[in-house]
Amino acid sequence: MTLELAANHGVSVQENGLGSSPLAIRGLTVSYGQKPAVFSVDITVQPGAMTAIIGPNGAGKSTLLKAALGIVPALSGQVTVYGDALEKQRARIAYVPQRASVDWDFPTRVIDVVLMGLSRELGLLGRIRGRHRARAMDCLNRVGMRDFVDRQIGQLSGGQQQRVFLARALAQGADLYLLDEPFAGVDAATEKAIIAVLKALKEAGKTVVVVHHDLATVTDYFDHVFLINTSKVAEGPVEQAFTAETLQAAYGGRLATAQIDQISRALG
Amino acid sequence: MSGEEFVPLSLTPLLIGTFAAIACALPGNFLVLRKQALIGDAISHVVLPGIVVAFILTGAISTWPMMLGAAGAAVVAVVMIEAIRRLGQIEPGAAMGVVFTTMFAAGVLLLEQTDTSTVHLDVEHALYGNLESLIWLDAVGWSSLLDLTALAGLPPELPRIAATLLGVTLFIWLFWRPLKISTFDEGFARTIGIRTGSLGFALVIVAAIAAVAAFDAVGSIIVIAMFICPPAAARMMTNRLETQIGWSVVFAVVSAVLGYVLAGYGPLWLGGADAVSAAGMIATVSGLILACAALWGPCKTRAGTPKVS
Repeated sequence: MTLELAANHGVSVQENGLGSSPLAIRGLTVSYGQKPAVFSVDITVQPGAMTAIIGPNGAGKSTLLKAALGIVPALSGQVTVYGDALEKQRARIAYVPQRASVDWDFPTRVIDVVLMGLSRELGLLGRIRGRHRARAMDCLNRVGMRDFVDRQIGQLSGGQQQRVFLARALAQGADLYLLDEPFAGVDAATEKAIIAVLKALKEAGKTVVVVHHDLATVTDYFDHVFLINTSKVAEGPVEQAFTAETLQAAYGGRLATAQIDQISRALG
Repeated sequence: MSGEEFVPLSLTPLLIGTFAAIACALPGNFLVLRKQALIGDAISHVVLPGIVVAFILTGAISTWPMMLGAAGAAVVAVVMIEAIRRLGQIEPGAAMGVVFTTMFAAGVLLLEQTDTSTVHLDVEHALYGNLESLIWLDAVGWSSLLDLTALAGLPPELPRIAATLLGVTLFIWLFWRPLKISTFDEGFARTIGIRTGSLGFALVIVAAIAAVAAFDAVGSIIVIAMFICPPAAARMMTNRLETQIGWSVVFAVVSAVLGYVLAGYGPLWLGGADAVSAAGMIATVSGLILACAALWGPCKTRAGTPKVS
């Protein structure tokens, strides 16, 4: 059955030693200036898992995702998506950028943003038809944003904007979802709504990778973690890789502050 | 005004002015949203050395070599801006500033060092063009529009700017979806396979072609004004990109027609004797439209981007 599925997707298992992992990276190095932002990182994302990418500010979490997707150029490294070249598997990837990375004053409505998720399917000049609209509406419904369909995107709150971005990713109908800080600066209701959608994706057998900054929620939300501080620190199931030692190694002296934050949050 | 007077004297400058205005306003919508609006300004500066070099090589003021020179200079500038931005790892605005001042200076230097001062290649011509002189002397009235021999006497600027407008429109129609997505969210655009680098480059090239064709017919004042004023005013009329494009075309047409008429008759109405520059008046009208939109446009208030920790 598994073999059959793999064959259906045209995936050649073990073709290049990276297997058919949804996202496998070897020796990825990215540099914006003199110092590397990401240095010789290996990662093998487990299929059907929810993986958190964790590390201190400036540790290269977002850069790792962007380089893996070809948004920023890598100095070196090999990226395979479902055992294949990235370009051949783009249709199976949905990416949610950081909310602050776009200009929300852009003249467009909620529904138009969600329809952007269908653009690979529509092609250059394909007409948007009723069934496309219906799918976009369904995705908005799943993130609880159905009532905002005709709203200009700049009129939404931060949490609502984040949900619209997630709806766009859902519209892509991908197998691998990569989200960059989806919980940054959103309200509690949005955080709950997003995590519910992500868990439903996992239930449906999809693979989810999230750049995450809140150490307090890691064990609740995720089953796998990837700790990074420019280089890889640890990778694996939460109970093995998310320990005091690995956190100390990733955060160093900064862990104290993170811990204080955690304690003060626990105390309300 | 009767057809006998209007067709030969006003129809062609009106059409050329209108086509030039639309050809610049269309890509201007995307340039304004990408915060690259000043690229129109930059292009109209950098084409100067190209025009002067073309003149030196051919020794005459002829249109095609000069347009090729201008286009060549625009391409050189775009490549230089990209190269400086990537190699120097500085922001695009700074790279643009370095390139366009350098090239404009080189153009002025060339102009001063070579014997071009005797011909009609001067600052005024570069700024205001010669819209009023683009008349159609072979025409006798509306019937001339069906007269092949009369049509052969049309000023060559008209078919040229019409073809440019057609090309610009085709480009935006064909690449509408990728242009919109990559202007809004470049990172996402790349993940769905849009070549955002090439597309952004193509947009600048299209803008450069529009700028050079318009520059040839109507001078750089209109180019600079039309890249920015109609799109910026249109943005304040609507919150949808599709509607914004429509408004920008309306504003471009209104600027061109009203500007042309006001330049020809406004001074007379005010008791003056001479007409003023049509290109200057077109730019002025577009500026007034922008001011009105900024004061009374229904979507003038910005929601503001959210603050993220």
